[in-house]
Amino acid sequence: MSKYLIDKFLFTVDRDPDLVERYREDPRGTVDWWEAERANSILGCHSGEASTWLRFEDTEREALASHDYVRLFELGAHPFLTLTLFIAMFERDYDEPLAFQKEYGMRLQHFSLPYPDIAT
Amino acid sequence: MAELVAVIASTHHPFYYRASTAPPEERPPFADAWVAKIAAFRETLTRANPDVLVMVGSDHFHQLWLDNMPQFLVGKAPFYDANFYNEEREFGLPRMLLRGQEDLSAHVLREGLDAGFDLAFSNELRIDHSVTCPIITLRPEADLPIVPIYTNIFAPPLPRPKRFVDLGRTIRQLVESWPSDKRVAVIGTGHLSLELGGPRQFGPHGPDPEFDRKAVEWIASGDIEGCLSEVTLDSLWEPGNATHGFMDFMLMMGVAGEGAKADYVDTLDLFHTMEAYFTWYPNGVTA
Repeated sequence: MSKYLIDKFLFTVDRDPDLVERYREDPRGTVDWWEAERANSILGCHSGEASTWLRFEDTEREALASHDYVRLFELGAHPFLTLTLFIAMFERDYDEPLAFQKEYGMRLQHFSLPYPDIAT
Repeated sequence: MAELVAVIASTHHPFYYRASTAPPEERPPFADAWVAKIAAFRETLTRANPDVLVMVGSDHFHQLWLDNMPQFLVGKAPFYDANFYNEEREFGLPRMLLRGQEDLSAHVLREGLDAGFDLAFSNELRIDHSVTCPIITLRPEADLPIVPIYTNIFAPPLPRPKRFVDLGRTIRQLVESWPSDKRVAVIGTGHLSLELGGPRQFGPHGPDPEFDRKAVEWIASGDIEGCLSEVTLDSLWEPGNATHGFMDFMLMMGVAGEGAKADYVDTLDLFHTMEAYFTWYPNGVTA
């Protein structure tokens, strides 16, 4: 399990306006690029330092590459990160205010407590 | 010594700014009632005439991240830039710049460490809507220096509820032992029941109105023991998956003190989550 890496993807994409658009338009290509080029960057180091061991599991990569926020919830991705980024990408496609957020909740209706563990 | 002139606990609803500033044709139907409630709540801080604000909130994965996550962090800087790109994008929040009260930050850190809290610190902290929402609602002039204190209610493992209460009690002692003639208000924001990114989000009310009713009663009556007897890290998942933000309310109950009845209590039932506003005057307040 690399919940941390899923969260790191959501976190780093969400804070970059260009990456938000790139991930919306080309999810699989963005995930592949990010895993190859960005997954091991240590965000708290000011330049260049990197880890050597971080990679997605196949199910995690596929969930991200298919914009499958239901599966991300099931995998224990931090729900705040997922929600925030997916609102940024898809709220614009809905006419009514909060329509995307309500659909998002509806698609998760089959989950009951306890929800998947989000501890990293 | 400094005087603690007000203790304020509030929800921090990021939609308030947009709801209250939108042109009339775009204002949601509940905006006027909300603005009226906020105006009355704001007056409770104004009446206390503070010089300095200690602001308790929680970073929402903006500056603080999982590669280096503090449980409790105190800002110590002369200025704090505020609000982030994704808060501007989703909530329309403005960029802000707040002054810092650095000598009080230093006092809180030194004495807090000596009191048994291994507080992290930051000399360059950009604060998010957990702090700027109460600035917007309670002190929109944004003219008073602040000491931001961040808690981790977001990224497990979290400190337990009692630790939040104990830190609140300590913050009060630290403010009251600060060698200064300043008038200090402590303002903290959290949540009642709340679901984010889960099946119960964005409903017509908060996800657990019964929890909200009990929570308001605990806070309003200062029933710390009753609250601690029912609230655990595990139990907080039940009212909604983001309800651990309630622990910031528990911290503020610690600041106010056991059995301290709030001098001002108000709520507003909104879609998605209930708003709640509380003010205590530890030494009374002039009419």
